[in-house]
Amino acid sequence: MQAIYEIMEFIFPYSWCDYTFMKNAFIAILIIAPLFGLVGTMIVNNKMAFFSDALGHSALTGIAIGVMLGIQDPVIAMIAFGIIFAYAINKIKGSDNSSNDTIISVFSSTSIALGLALLSKGGNFNKYSSYLIGDILSINPTDLLTLIVVFVGIILFWIFFSNKLLLISIDSSLAKSKDIKVKLVENLFIIIIAILVMISIKWVGILIINSLLILPAAASKNIAKNMRQYSILAVCFSIISGLSGLILSYYNGVATGPTIVIVAAIIYFITLIFKGKR
Amino acid sequence: MKKEIACGHCCTKINNISVKIGKEYIIKNINIHIHCGHLSVIIGPNGAGKTTLLKALIGEIKHEGKILFVDEKDNKTKKIRMGYVPQKLNIEKNNPTSVYDLFASGTTNKPIFLFRSEITYNVVKKHLENFGAEMLIDKKLGDLSGGELQRVLLAFATISDPELLILDEPVSGIDNNGMEIFYKLIDDLKKKLDIAIILVSHDFRFVEKYADRVIMIDKEIICEGSSDEVFSSKEFKEYFGNNI
Repeated sequence: MQAIYEIMEFIFPYSWCDYTFMKNAFIAILIIAPLFGLVGTMIVNNKMAFFSDALGHSALTGIAIGVMLGIQDPVIAMIAFGIIFAYAINKIKGSDNSSNDTIISVFSSTSIALGLALLSKGGNFNKYSSYLIGDILSINPTDLLTLIVVFVGIILFWIFFSNKLLLISIDSSLAKSKDIKVKLVENLFIIIIAILVMISIKWVGILIINSLLILPAAASKNIAKNMRQYSILAVCFSIISGLSGLILSYYNGVATGPTIVIVAAIIYFITLIFKGKR
Repeated sequence: MKKEIACGHCCTKINNISVKIGKEYIIKNINIHIHCGHLSVIIGPNGAGKTTLLKALIGEIKHEGKILFVDEKDNKTKKIRMGYVPQKLNIEKNNPTSVYDLFASGTTNKPIFLFRSEITYNVVKKHLENFGAEMLIDKKLGDLSGGELQRVLLAFATISDPELLILDEPVSGIDNNGMEIFYKLIDDLKKKLDIAIILVSHDFRFVEKYADRVIMIDKEIICEGSSDEVFSSKEFKEYFGNNI
């Protein structure tokens, strides 16, 4: 770890690089931002933006369950609840005739309410309010290791399944006719989203996590001409907004998560102008 | 498209297909036998279960019954390779999927977000030439016209050498001239490739001209036969009156 820090100090001879928490946050963003970019492309393609938003909100209930079970780090409970939550939405979406956004909204508000109710019991909610906006500066080297494991897992998934996901997003019958196991791939994708969202929520925050999934991909979609450009640009936008958001927040003394989202939003609006010109 | 002339002996057997939702049958006991090189057209009123039948055939919805393919060469029954052309694609106009992306994602396991394979690109381009669509390879799916998209989808459905080609109301969003071109293309495919084709259609003028067999369904098969037989049947007149 020390060697990496020294390399960073050599490359970035600026004051922000004097602090270990800044260096940790920098590395964390380098690992996690590409994942947000990539996974975001398929969330946007599949019109799942509202779904991933609801999934983020469900984290509150996940945390509450974790606390009730007495687990110190509630991330396992969050992931488990997130997967069940996402699976339930998908199941009902497939079998009920109500419109999707209604179903997602019902689930989303129920889980927020349930989470808030459980966590506020005994007037202790302040303890958990950090989950709402997150704190990327609290990342330690052990967390980085977890992030690397998640990174490898999701990249492997992407290598094996992104083609299939694309075909499903275009037309699920068409995918089925090419012998793709549509339900299986869809469920795996949901698990991937749940893991990515829940693992990052502590650092990014429930309120803005979805913007990190959607904005880079949406910006990239405005100007990309094919899937390769779409993925590469989404990853680049995600990394650029993550790193510049981190450094800007250091010099301005504002929270990091929101700064990252603001940079991502600015990129989105710039691509919107380019799209209009074409 | 180098295959021999249709042998007419291989047989696709669709046996006793039923789809049930709750206690109600959406389609019931559909039996269709199709020989390669034949175009079978399915017609029926709205809500008759035409699309459901197609979705059952490609395995997207749970169904009773079996689909078998009997190869004349060795008389063995095997799993059938299918190609499917959907009615339309539910994608937004700025969806960045190019025609190449569609083909590459459906035919190779190489992740297209990382590589563009020159070999695949050339294979796809060559195949698109058969459909007069090679110049569309780098275009985005959302930018294609109705007719262009249909040709691309037909090419996509046939690239894996299917034994049965399934088309869902492919003519929506295409003008009269475009439909004529489309049906000619199907006719061509039928003759050049050794495949059976099932098509759901509403346009009886083209059905009369091109179909080898017409199957009218309304949950069950109501009547079937050559287009003349079906169009002059009393069942057909009950449903559609006298105007074709």
